[in-house]
Amino acid sequence: MSAHHGGGQHGGGELSGTFDSDKVMGKVYDSRVAGRLIKYLGPVKSNLSLGAGGMILRSVTTVAVPFLVGIAMDRIIEGDLVGRNTMVLIVAAVIMVGWGGRYLEELFLGFVGQKILYRVRTQMFDHLQKLSLGFFDRNKVGRIMSRVQNDVQQIQELLASGMLNVLFSAVTLIAIAIIMLVVNTDLALLTLTVVPALAIVAFIWQKYARRAFIRVRRAIATVNAQLQEGIAGVRVTQSLTREDVNAEQFESVNREHFTANVEAARLQAAMWPMVEILTAVGTALVIYFGGAQVLAGQMTIGALVAFMLYVRRFFEPVLELTMEYVEIQRAMASGARIFELLDVEPEITDDPAAPDLPPAKEIKFEGVSFGYSPGTRGLHDINLTVNPGETVAIVGKTGAGKSSLANLITRFYEVQEGWVTVDGYDVNSVTQQSLRRQIGVVTQDPFLFFGSIEDNIRYGRTEATREEVIEAAKKAGAHDFISRLERGYETQVGERGENLSAGQRQLVCLARAILANPPIIVLDEATSNVDTHAERVMQRSFRRLMKGRTCLIIAHRLSTVTRADRIVVLDQGRIVEIGSHRELMARKGMYYNMYGSLLAPGPEPQSA
Amino acid sequence: MNILLRLMGFVKKYWVRLLFAFLCMLASTAFMLIIPQLISQSIDTVLADGELGALMWLALAVVGAGAMRGVSAFGNAYLTEVVSQKTAYDVRNALYDKLQRLSFAFHDQAQTGELMSRGTADVEAIRMFFGRGLLGMLQITILFVGISFLLVRLNPLLALMTMGFLAAVGWRAVIVARLLRPIWLKIQELMAVLGTILEENLTGVRTVRSFAHEQEESDKFSAQAEILYDEHIRATRKRAFNLSLMVFLVTIPIPLILWYGGGQVEAGALTVGELTQFIFYLTIMAMPVRRLGFMTNILSRTVSGGQRVLEILDTESVVREKPGAVELNDISAAVSFDNVTFSYDSASPVLRDVSFTVEPGQLVALVGGLGSGKSTIAHLIPRFYDVSGGRICIDGIDIRDVTLDSLRKNVGIVQQNTFLFSATIRDNIAYGTVGADIEQVIAAARAAQLHDFIESLPDGYDTWVGERGVTLSGGQKQRLAVARTLLVNPRILIMDDSTSSVDVETELLMRRALEELIKGRTTFIITHRLSVIRNADLIVVLEAGEVVEKGTHDELMARSGLYREIYESQSVVGDGSGEDFS
Repeated sequence: MSAHHGGGQHGGGELSGTFDSDKVMGKVYDSRVAGRLIKYLGPVKSNLSLGAGGMILRSVTTVAVPFLVGIAMDRIIEGDLVGRNTMVLIVAAVIMVGWGGRYLEELFLGFVGQKILYRVRTQMFDHLQKLSLGFFDRNKVGRIMSRVQNDVQQIQELLASGMLNVLFSAVTLIAIAIIMLVVNTDLALLTLTVVPALAIVAFIWQKYARRAFIRVRRAIATVNAQLQEGIAGVRVTQSLTREDVNAEQFESVNREHFTANVEAARLQAAMWPMVEILTAVGTALVIYFGGAQVLAGQMTIGALVAFMLYVRRFFEPVLELTMEYVEIQRAMASGARIFELLDVEPEITDDPAAPDLPPAKEIKFEGVSFGYSPGTRGLHDINLTVNPGETVAIVGKTGAGKSSLANLITRFYEVQEGWVTVDGYDVNSVTQQSLRRQIGVVTQDPFLFFGSIEDNIRYGRTEATREEVIEAAKKAGAHDFISRLERGYETQVGERGENLSAGQRQLVCLARAILANPPIIVLDEATSNVDTHAERVMQRSFRRLMKGRTCLIIAHRLSTVTRADRIVVLDQGRIVEIGSHRELMARKGMYYNMYGSLLAPGPEPQSA
Repeated sequence: MNILLRLMGFVKKYWVRLLFAFLCMLASTAFMLIIPQLISQSIDTVLADGELGALMWLALAVVGAGAMRGVSAFGNAYLTEVVSQKTAYDVRNALYDKLQRLSFAFHDQAQTGELMSRGTADVEAIRMFFGRGLLGMLQITILFVGISFLLVRLNPLLALMTMGFLAAVGWRAVIVARLLRPIWLKIQELMAVLGTILEENLTGVRTVRSFAHEQEESDKFSAQAEILYDEHIRATRKRAFNLSLMVFLVTIPIPLILWYGGGQVEAGALTVGELTQFIFYLTIMAMPVRRLGFMTNILSRTVSGGQRVLEILDTESVVREKPGAVELNDISAAVSFDNVTFSYDSASPVLRDVSFTVEPGQLVALVGGLGSGKSTIAHLIPRFYDVSGGRICIDGIDIRDVTLDSLRKNVGIVQQNTFLFSATIRDNIAYGTVGADIEQVIAAARAAQLHDFIESLPDGYDTWVGERGVTLSGGQKQRLAVARTLLVNPRILIMDDSTSSVDVETELLMRRALEELIKGRTTFIITHRLSVIRNADLIVVLEAGEVVEKGTHDELMARSGLYREIYESQSVVGDGSGEDFS
């Protein structure tokens, strides 16, 4: 199966623009990601410095302990009782200090991580609230979700332990090297020869590791996608009896997942012999050459012991780094994906000086041209005025531009040419929020949030009283079915709540729109999504909602169309006819033909 | 424990590799224990003014032991990973296969996200146990016992002091892990809530924008994120306190060893080399002991994850093939419902005593309001659910007596919500007929009135659809489902058309596609297209799960019952146009 990229190929608002997260994939360190992350450290300076202070204390004590142990050994050998006891007390004190340092480090760096995570999370969410609908058309919910959830989770690793830990491991390493050099320069130089060897090994290793890591990531993504589809599409699979074919396909992606992981595991495990052998070589060098120096009286036994302890310490950070390698790589890639999202510019923004739109009733399109992407045109030179209180139905084939017209009034998208005005205000000149408060939109796909039915209706006007909510539900014709539910208005609905039928959801959405009481209604007629009974209730509710308001309806039903004050017939983005049902029928144009075709007999000779 | 034993069943197959992994682990542990002995000996050799030659041999022995330790550690790590990945691979396959075959009743209850987490996180938890968990815990035990043995031989009291501290730390690590676990579970829960808020905000983006609710949404999200933050902070405090304490407890024996051990050296009861052994072994144990907490966490995650996975593997599909079920071949496709009763949860029946007979090749329209049981009837014929009472026969054979595969190959269903797979349009059409050639696919698409649209796409039949591909309209998806079913060419066809989204254009196309679709088949259709209903050979009118009327359009109109009532009220609403049954 080849990798494929969905979403859009058009203009701005893309999730692959300035920050190319694919390029970062597999890198342990990316300067741009790190640079951006560092900026988050500013506001948490005090916590950070306490944590860093703790870390320094901890590092100093870890480096100091073997040295002190060495001195204590010498005192023991010399039989210096007082000296030994003093050293014991010093070691104990140093370890106590190390304890405190460790505590500060864990606590405050932990705080730092959590504070940053909180900020990144809310920042991403707030940013998503600013992006225009075009962005959501081009990027699937699942992809965005995974950035806000998985990717943020992933950088937690990096923040909580990774980056600073790596930094301080390096500092510790250097400190150890310095102490060794001070204590015994010749032996230190000899022992340290293993370091370049290790560096070379690590360099070669990480090249392979990167490739293996990318392969594992891909394999996991494929397995998950396949599993997800297997579950979501199970009904189709069973009805077409494809279980065996699917099982085979899954087995093969699962096998690739296995192979990729084993390969990665082999690489990770390969680090063991390297580190162990180099540690042993280091230790052997100390034993032989150090031992010779002690025999020659050039070095004490204590220093020899300290050296041997240091050799072990030396490789600890290296091992840790290889263990954390995969996590750090993932975190880098995640960081890139997060910033990629945060860097998407909203296509539609309010002018800083934009005024609020006062209650308005009249909609006007003047020479409007529009397309969803720069190169294309869905609407051409539309001129149309919807008068206060008037109901205008828009009819036309799929792709004629009906929905575009509705989307322009609310400024979900912006015109390419011309103006859309509401009571003379250009919709681009007022704040989006005030504009949308004047316009009630009822869409084909009724959406409910997780929460009670009451909460969902109140979404229309947050400060509404319970009575007003019920009143709106009554007007929408939703009250009857809601009262019949066991928990009435308290019934939990939405993704994780009880399932309402499409018709019932639509009624709740209507109640929500009625409660909001907007002077303008844009209705994407949704009647086709419900069955006969609900349909009738809904038709009545629609009529009630429309009364006394300016209405623009994207009509699918001729019954709605015939009742409209005026009908606009769209064809390929142009208005071809405007008039009442009677006028248009008389004209015998496109409307007449569409109407006629719907009344034409069915596939077989009518028995009636 | 029971769960762990059952999970062990999955690893049984790989016992040879597991055994080798275990042997490698033993070897690597042994070599790990040898090195401090060699170091100790070299120190004592130096102190005794020994020969350089002896030191040389000791140094070489250290290198040798290190190399052996490295190699065996590699073998251990690698083999364990292979076994654990193999196990995960097997469990995942079994789970996938099971999920594919569980009946609709199961999937109605289950949420995709929740099942996904079993297939990913829970399988991973099982893998972790067989990966690092099982042998890791064994290794810690062996190390602890081995070191205790070596040190007790040198000096029992000092050994007791050193190992006592380590045991205390290990115990503490386990306690802390238990202490932190509920907090982590709470955090998981809070994350899920946060996820829901986010998901709703994204899927409901139009609603949010229409009501200008962006600020409220942001407030809701950050309030929840703050609760999550607080919980994390709580965890951080507990972790910081306990972790630092443990590290302290692991290192504080050092001065003790120097003090008491130093005294022993002076008294001649211990050599300096032996004293260093204590310090080296302490360093070796420090890491594994702190890991104990992590290990016990793996264990409890494995138990709960394993339970969730086994739960699914143990679920028997309610719809099962009888032993000795026969193939359903060459049917003429007569269908009969004999006193069929059905309920989803045995509480309130959805269908009551439904009986009707359909001759081969007839067109049956199922008519009725919401919850009348139309769709249920459609789902019973391919045995997505089993009847609770009565029986359904095809050509006089009870559908429970035939194999599921042969039944479903003969019964095609076009469902309400068309699911598209992330694949090309071609693959989606050929979903039920693997290996169909492009001509057949095109023929099906043509018959479903979808060919022209597909050709208008830049990539034609190779266009990607589904989650990451091009979005199709409701009508286009429905026609794709029709093409998919046409290609299978079933003798019995069920079309659930009740919630299709239709505009004027699609309406016309669908009408033509339908004509093609029902030709030469026994067809059940749930629809509000009056033209279709009027032409049906049999109209079954349902109300609250019961058949209230059945007959042809003319018969039912003559009877002035429910059908006529609905029909006429619709015609009035429809402004006399009567274009639709709604």
